[in-house]
Amino acid sequence: MIFGIPLQAFLGQLLVGLINGSFYALLSLGLAVIFGLLRVINFAHGAQYMLGAFVAFLALKFLGVPYWGALVVAPLVVGAVGALIERTLLSRLYDLDHLYGMLFTFGLALAIEGSFRWYFGASGQPYATPKALTGVFNLGFMVLPIYRAWVIVASLVVCLAVWALIEKTRLGATLRAATENPSLVQSFGINVPMLLTLTYALGAGLAALAGVLAAPIYQVSPLMGSNIIIVVFAVVVVGGMGSIMGAIVTGYLLGIAEGLTKVFYPEASNIVIFVIMAIVLILRPAGLFGKEG
Amino acid sequence: MARTSELPPATEPAPSAAPVMSRTLQLALLLGAAVLLIAAPFVMYPVFIMKILCFALFAAAFNLLLGYTGLLSFGHAAFFGGAAYFTAHAAKVWGWSPELALLVGVAGGAALGLLMGAIAIRRQGIYFAMVTLALSQMFFFACLQMPFTHGEDGIQSVPRGRLFGVLDLNDMTTMYFFVLAVFVIGLLIIWRFVNSPFGMILKAIRENEARATSLGYATAQYKLGAFVMSATLAGLAGGLKALVMQFATLTDVAWQMSGEVVLMTLIGGIGTMVGPLVGAGIVVGLQNQLATSAFPVTIITGLVFMVCVMLFRRGLIGEFAHSRFGRALGLRPPG
Amino acid sequence: MTRAAETAPEPQVVLSARGLGKDFSGFTAVNNVNLDIHHARIHALIGPNGAGKTTVFNLLTKFLPPTRGRITLLGTDITAMKPDAVARMGLVRSFQISAVFPHLTVLENLRVALQRPAGLATQFWRPLSSLRRLDGRADELIEGLGLTPWRDIRAADLSYGRKRVLEIATTLALDPKVLLLDEPMAGMGHEDVHTVAEIIRDVARDRAVLMVEHNLSVVADICHRVTVLQRGEILAEGDYATVAADPRVRTAYMGSEA
Repeated sequence: MIFGIPLQAFLGQLLVGLINGSFYALLSLGLAVIFGLLRVINFAHGAQYMLGAFVAFLALKFLGVPYWGALVVAPLVVGAVGALIERTLLSRLYDLDHLYGMLFTFGLALAIEGSFRWYFGASGQPYATPKALTGVFNLGFMVLPIYRAWVIVASLVVCLAVWALIEKTRLGATLRAATENPSLVQSFGINVPMLLTLTYALGAGLAALAGVLAAPIYQVSPLMGSNIIIVVFAVVVVGGMGSIMGAIVTGYLLGIAEGLTKVFYPEASNIVIFVIMAIVLILRPAGLFGKEG
Repeated sequence: MARTSELPPATEPAPSAAPVMSRTLQLALLLGAAVLLIAAPFVMYPVFIMKILCFALFAAAFNLLLGYTGLLSFGHAAFFGGAAYFTAHAAKVWGWSPELALLVGVAGGAALGLLMGAIAIRRQGIYFAMVTLALSQMFFFACLQMPFTHGEDGIQSVPRGRLFGVLDLNDMTTMYFFVLAVFVIGLLIIWRFVNSPFGMILKAIRENEARATSLGYATAQYKLGAFVMSATLAGLAGGLKALVMQFATLTDVAWQMSGEVVLMTLIGGIGTMVGPLVGAGIVVGLQNQLATSAFPVTIITGLVFMVCVMLFRRGLIGEFAHSRFGRALGLRPPG
Repeated sequence: MTRAAETAPEPQVVLSARGLGKDFSGFTAVNNVNLDIHHARIHALIGPNGAGKTTVFNLLTKFLPPTRGRITLLGTDITAMKPDAVARMGLVRSFQISAVFPHLTVLENLRVALQRPAGLATQFWRPLSSLRRLDGRADELIEGLGLTPWRDIRAADLSYGRKRVLEIATTLALDPKVLLLDEPMAGMGHEDVHTVAEIIRDVARDRAVLMVEHNLSVVADICHRVTVLQRGEILAEGDYATVAADPRVRTAYMGSEA
């Protein structure tokens, strides 16, 4: 018993919080990567997450591609579509006020979600958990479904890998330099437009990967993206988009905070992340990991 | 001390004939619009036109913020939908007369605006848009759970009542001219606000915020003032809508509604007086057309959004004012 | 200019900084800067590129919060104040990139500056015509700085030099006690430099001026006192002749002729 709550329920919600936090972290990481270089808030991030889940669902249904294949295929497909859109349309908006990029991706999100809703209806489609990951670990004090453990581990690994890619590699150093001073990097003979396209594809691919991971847990639904994206925006505001690690840590923390609220005060669990955002804005407007000024 | 006066101006000023022509044209257009609006309920379905008027006022209130202050709010549904709930509640549960119920909605919109604005104004640009979106989503969830909104059902069959206890608003013609009067008053308030000493400072802040600060203006407070004014008028539009449609539901506070008002303004022309009104007419008309088909409006909305951002950033009215024809008529393109 | 300063008693200090410092994520941009700006004196802040001159400006006007040190304006500690509040106290700055409101006319630019002191900034219910009562003072400034032919021209359509003159005019509209000018002559033609120099000399008769300037002949010509910054610290201070003779300053300025 913890504060009068059975340990089972407490740990159960903690786990739910960690799962949600994994998705918040993956999605806000992608947003931060895109924003860092393109200065665009990718409103279509939720739609790309939904697309990832649908690619997995459709690939299984029509082509028999299993879960493991979908983990690779969906990010590639969605990333490629993202690259195409960035190259042909989004890239024309960089010289304008950054708000236009946001408005464009908002329209993109509406069009994608509307189309899927039209074709598949608003209700969700089930996606079976892969055989190798069914079943549970019995930890003695609680039962941990294997698939949920896998999601937590997989998202942590991916987050850390992306963080390492951007903070620790040469490619990452080039990316960061291009963020600071694009014309200088261009003059070093680096193809900055290509870099921007790849970055957008990486962000979209990350969203799709999160979508595949989410498919067996939540149902595959056209609305799954717009439900989560606004929460992820709040996460991003709390973390501040200046730091990759900040986005990851904030994602997990707020997921856990949401889970724990479900235990102690369930009525507020829908809004707790927004409340935290408001408090952070009042106390520390730049966000927890944002730079001063 | 004519130190530099021997040098000619860098560019010639615009020919001075244009404003005169523009004044006549504006008067003619205004007159035409007045005739159309007065005749409309006898030709078309009045509720449909009243709905357009409500959304046109909503879009004009939103444009006060985006077009004249440069702040993109993605949370204006909270003020519109919140006020709809407040007015509906006051009219139905408290049994207040329509003008008082409307005032409750307006006051509610203003209060929500002050609360949300004070938090959101702490961040700029893109963050501001995200914060307003998140805060209005929080309000959405609050509305979902608060008992007075009746959750998924919403507040239904809101009575229109008697205006000032005298005029029966269940009469369609009376209701229409009441709505038209509120709409015109709302627009006049916006017009005055934009063309006031305060509006001048807002323009200066939008043009060069650092310079405005160095001239001693606490810019955040001016922006907050514009935000609250915009929320108040959005509340007026939302309350009015509750009386027109006789219901208030979650649709009005959902984020899609915030997106819709952005779209209306974008289609018509950001920063123009008439643009948001035209945009609202187009969007509401389109929804009306598609209401009976299975084809979802969101696909069209999304595509129109993308096309506007890529090709028509000035909007219909803005593009027209910029065109050769518009210039010849002496229309002033938005700054 | 310096001769007059030597014979007259030192006038009142209106703006002073003690131990001013600023760090940007570990890197020290400005360190231990002490400055005294006097009434009716023109004080120049010079130094090679990257010496921290603009940062000092941003610190003094509170556009940046200092990491260390204290700033006093007219006897009041302003270290923790906001930039707009400092401006309302009479410390008004210009910017390196000309700071005008481009889509407003010259007259409107001046009106905006005059609105707040006249208590005409927050009325959202009054018509624009209520601002006409500011036109008298605005036209005085417009005429005083020779901008009359461009009174109704949008600021964006002015020549570069004239934009700077307009900026000085709007700054003067606030009747500031201390004027901070960030490179007022940058990018100007020879004629304009002379005009602006005369204007600055003129306005400094009854207010303090601190200016960042690269044009050393202007500095020599109109400034009473010169502070040289290098790598964020004060290298030398004194009248122009003293500073110019300082061997350390000569080393710092290698290649650029005074």
